[in-house]
Amino acid sequence: MFPNQFEYHRPSSVQAAAGLLAADPDAKLLAGGHSLIPAMKLRLASPSSLVDLGGVDGLTGIDASGPIKIGAMTTYAAIRDSRELKSALPILAEAADNVGDPAVQARGTIGGALAHSDPAADYTAIFLALDGSVEVTGTNGARTIAADDLFVDLFTTALAPDEIITSVSFPALDGAGTAYEKFRHPASGYAVVGVAVKIATGSDGKVESARVAVTGATSKATRATAAEEALQGKTLDDAAIDAAAAVAGNGLEINGDHFASEEYRRHLVSVLTGRALRKAAQT
Amino acid sequence: MATTTTAPGRVGVRMKVNGVDYAAEVEPRLLLVSFLRDNLGLTGTHIGCDTSQCGACVIHLDGQPVKSCTLFAVQADGAELTTIEGIAKNGEYDAVQMGFWEMHGLQCGYCTPGMIMTANAFLDRNPNPTEAEIRHALEGNLCRCTGYQNIVKAVQYAAKQRAGGAMEAGSGTDLDFEHKDVIEHAPEDLQDWGDQLAGQEER
Ligand SMILES: Cc1cc2nc3c(=O)[nH]c(=O)nc-3n(C[C@H](O)[C@H](O)[C@H](O)COP(=O)(O)OP(=O)(O)OC[C@H]3O[C@@H](n4cnc5c(N)ncnc54)[C@H](O)[C@@H]3O)c2cc1C
Ligand code: FES
Ligand code: FES
Repeated sequence: MFPNQFEYHRPSSVQAAAGLLAADPDAKLLAGGHSLIPAMKLRLASPSSLVDLGGVDGLTGIDASGPIKIGAMTTYAAIRDSRELKSALPILAEAADNVGDPAVQARGTIGGALAHSDPAADYTAIFLALDGSVEVTGTNGARTIAADDLFVDLFTTALAPDEIITSVSFPALDGAGTAYEKFRHPASGYAVVGVAVKIATGSDGKVESARVAVTGATSKATRATAAEEALQGKTLDDAAIDAAAAVAGNGLEINGDHFASEEYRRHLVSVLTGRALRKAAQT
Repeated sequence: MATTTTAPGRVGVRMKVNGVDYAAEVEPRLLLVSFLRDNLGLTGTHIGCDTSQCGACVIHLDGQPVKSCTLFAVQADGAELTTIEGIAKNGEYDAVQMGFWEMHGLQCGYCTPGMIMTANAFLDRNPNPTEAEIRHALEGNLCRCTGYQNIVKAVQYAAKQRAGGAMEAGSGTDLDFEHKDVIEHAPEDLQDWGDQLAGQEER
């Protein structure tokens, strides 16, 4: 079905795009369009104007020479195929290959994925676990938002209406172990539940920092702090992993729907936390 | 600002489709698949679900497989597109098309254009795939007829052909009857058809 009518803008700079957003409170940014266009076709969204970021130069590209920096309009396909990322941050490239299907990967962008705060998205949890940050620009200038502060609620972020994510950054791994495990929805590919982990251990083999982030289960991607606390100072062996997995859902407000009950999702949070930690222990 | 609004509410777009340059003025909400089918008459690109899930509408945009039902025509401004009509060269089917032909990779054919476009983009990226990789690559293309088995074989055939080898024609099909069997039993008229149906259990 066709969406409602809208005015179309294709600005050539981020500043111009921010200006257009500020001028129309019902305007929406258009990136890859793979969340927005399906919603517009179902008329779940009917923005009065679309501000297409496709004409803005300098929003794509991957720099993995130190801390990793990825332009907001970089597609999953570019991330999936990036040799640099395959060695610097393999979790990101591997996860891209499991987002939707190759046609979704060809259009969907990392900036759009984070800005959308879809409760079943993959990159939200990975971004949280990796302790990333986004650089944003609005009519009032630029600022950086840390991963822990970006997701506010279902489809809601800390971005102001005229703010645009321009790039996404991740600290270099520095030997930390990472993994993302998801239970794919068999039809859409979205995460019924997904768990991303980043574990740094000291020279004595004890966990120095643990970040465990869950998607699919809660209204927004959320850190599983009970699991993180259980891992602190432990050697990452089977006993420590099982103990952390057992408490991973504690303190989380987990949703149920017609695909998966709350109880089932809570179970998946534990199972996938265990799997992700085992995988991370080997990297 | 790069936009040139040529008529109220309309936006000018230019794109190259199957090597031919086109320019048009379109409503911004016009979907790319509708532009291809209705404006350009390229009806080989199908609309299966219209909800971004089936892959019947997959085309190539600057070399990448995309669902043309999930793009506005204006987003393809300046792009190079290939549709199923642009896959055969000089009247010769390409390797993937031959694979579908030889391996019986289609039944009703509705999903086939999208399958061929996805498979072609995939083989460009991964020329020597495993069966599991082929199945993974085709996850966004739904087929209601074949059960996928022969589609996978069609892609395997194409990978071999592209690599210079050739898979034996027909070796991928699971069908153990020949066309002439079917023709022998073809009814001559309605009466004969009725007789054949009635006698079917005994045969
Ligand atoms: C069939 C299908 C399967 C999918 N499967 C998965 C899956 O398995 N896992 C998964 O995680 N996702 C999946 N997706 C969603 C896909 O990843 C989306 O592409 C992505 O979530 C949004 O990115 P986008 O670039 O398409 O954003 P758009 O749809 O263009 O935009 C989404 C929202 O973010 C805003 N926005 C976009 N870019 C910016 C920016 N730079 N700054 C500020 N705001 C911005 C837009 O205004 C809009 O509100 C699927 C989508 C489809 C159609
Ligand atoms: S018609 Fe485009 S994905 Fe089904
Ligand atoms: S051959 Fe009929 S849908 Fe695939």
